[in-house]
Amino acid sequence: MDWTSLLLSLRLAGWTVVILLPVAIFVGRFLAYRSFAAKGLVEALVMLPLVLPPTVFGFYLLLGFGARSPIGQAWVAVFGEQLVFTFQGLLLASVIFNLPFAIQPAQRGFEAIPLQVREAAACCGMSPMRSLWKVELPLAWPGLLTAMVLTFAHTLGEFGIVLMVGGSIPGKTKTIAISIYDKVQGFDMAGAGTMSAVLLAISLGTITLTFWLSARLGKRLS
Amino acid sequence: MVLQVMVKAQGPIPLDVAFEVQPGELLALVGPSGSGKSTLLRTIAGLWTPAQALVAVAGETWVDTARGVNLAAHLRHVGMVFQSYALFPHMTAEANVMSAMTARTKAAQRDEAHRLLALVNLHALGARMPAELSGGQQQRVAVARALARNPQVLLLDEPFSAVDRATREALYAEIRALRGVLDMPVVLVTHDVNEAQLLADRMVVIEAGRMVASGPTAVVMSDRLALQAMGVREAAAMLRATVHSHANDGMTRLTTRAGTLWLPRLDAAPGAQVRVRIMAHEVILSRAHPEGLSAQNILPVQVVDISQAEGPAVMVRLALGEEIILASITSRAVASLALRPGDHVHAVLKSMSVARDHVSLGDAP
Repeated sequence: MDWTSLLLSLRLAGWTVVILLPVAIFVGRFLAYRSFAAKGLVEALVMLPLVLPPTVFGFYLLLGFGARSPIGQAWVAVFGEQLVFTFQGLLLASVIFNLPFAIQPAQRGFEAIPLQVREAAACCGMSPMRSLWKVELPLAWPGLLTAMVLTFAHTLGEFGIVLMVGGSIPGKTKTIAISIYDKVQGFDMAGAGTMSAVLLAISLGTITLTFWLSARLGKRLS
Repeated sequence: MVLQVMVKAQGPIPLDVAFEVQPGELLALVGPSGSGKSTLLRTIAGLWTPAQALVAVAGETWVDTARGVNLAAHLRHVGMVFQSYALFPHMTAEANVMSAMTARTKAAQRDEAHRLLALVNLHALGARMPAELSGGQQQRVAVARALARNPQVLLLDEPFSAVDRATREALYAEIRALRGVLDMPVVLVTHDVNEAQLLADRMVVIEAGRMVASGPTAVVMSDRLALQAMGVREAAAMLRATVHSHANDGMTRLTTRAGTLWLPRLDAAPGAQVRVRIMAHEVILSRAHPEGLSAQNILPVQVVDISQAEGPAVMVRLALGEEIILASITSRAVASLALRPGDHVHAVLKSMSVARDHVSLGDAP
């Protein structure tokens, strides 16, 4: 059992959730309430990581984060180290490839709030921020929780992008999914089996929670 | 605290409407669905901004597109009751009411919420969630929440359309009773002419975004074009009366300026003020005091004027004390009775011809 990799994966998933929660709230809310000319394009861009092969996506991120890219150079200038093959680079990649898993359910959660209820909040004198806090978040939380659970579970399981952007540096970028692959390559079937079982249990648990929350959200809407 | 409204827009619904509402006055915006009346209400509340609009309350401008002024909805002191009530489903009735209050301590807010819930006869149900309340109770919470802001304008968007008839009657009485304590302009949007006539002081009739008629309820309700725009074939007049007593045979005796009126039993205590809506086509006129008639109500009236209506029908306006009632009869009947303005005649009305929901209880004295 490679505890270092498991802890690294949990740390990566945790930070991804922390960073994506506000993004999911504001982007999801924006897409749920507004209609604008380029909305279809924005929604397609958000969904892109879902359909692109992870290696292709990882390849572009590698190019985008590399030492010769503007992002990579800016990162080096500020933090004094490279973005690729570091935990920070991995986290940034993780945030980007989890956008659809975070934003989509959040958007659905906000869309489920009737327009008149939001308008009532304004007519009660609530500013947009107060309305978000007092009315919208309490009503959209099943969608937001689903978003966070999916993001967490998906981060634990991602393989291709992590390998492309992070490499496989133990303690820095070697996640549990990559560790399992390495174990199998090294014919350590027992070790791979244990870790796979742990990952299976975590994933099953989180997905079960998601379905249960979706059912609750559905019931609330009916 | 006069409310001034001027709206002009090409789309999505073409609108060209202007009106004023005085403090304490209830104005009904009446028209078929899609006529733009809800859009007007949303404009006042700041939930929508048309191409050209001016909304001012008590000298404070909420929106003036000509000067580029447009106050955000949450900064306008409106009380809005939505068609769906739009209560916050995750809050108790009391918390819903308190959610519209600002700048006070929680304890003071709770006291004020109690007072408002008592005002709409819901004092015992403050701890209930909206889903645990009936439609009528939800509407009362919505009214209490709308009043919690100390609004400068109260807006009611089809607030009675989602409840059954019996509940609606009770809510009419509620609104009429509230009128006694409200001093702000009230705008009611409805497609129900009966409702408008029972509740409103003045009416604005809207058809396809244009004002067809506007004025005191009694005047608009005898205007043939206005009635046509509202899809109403039959005119009706409103008569104020006081409950006198209840008889054992299920009838209620009412007193009007011109005499006694018997109606099927009303759920109101003696002394209660009511408004009775009398359909013009239900009124029979007689030169002599009729004898041996099954109709229970014979009221002495004086002909004010006679005007041509559709086809063979004419509309006779009749003065009954200081009030006006309408009779829709044929021009042949006018000729055979030789009716002329100023004539004293008798108006005959069957008790059963007054529908139960054509009586509004709880009129402010």
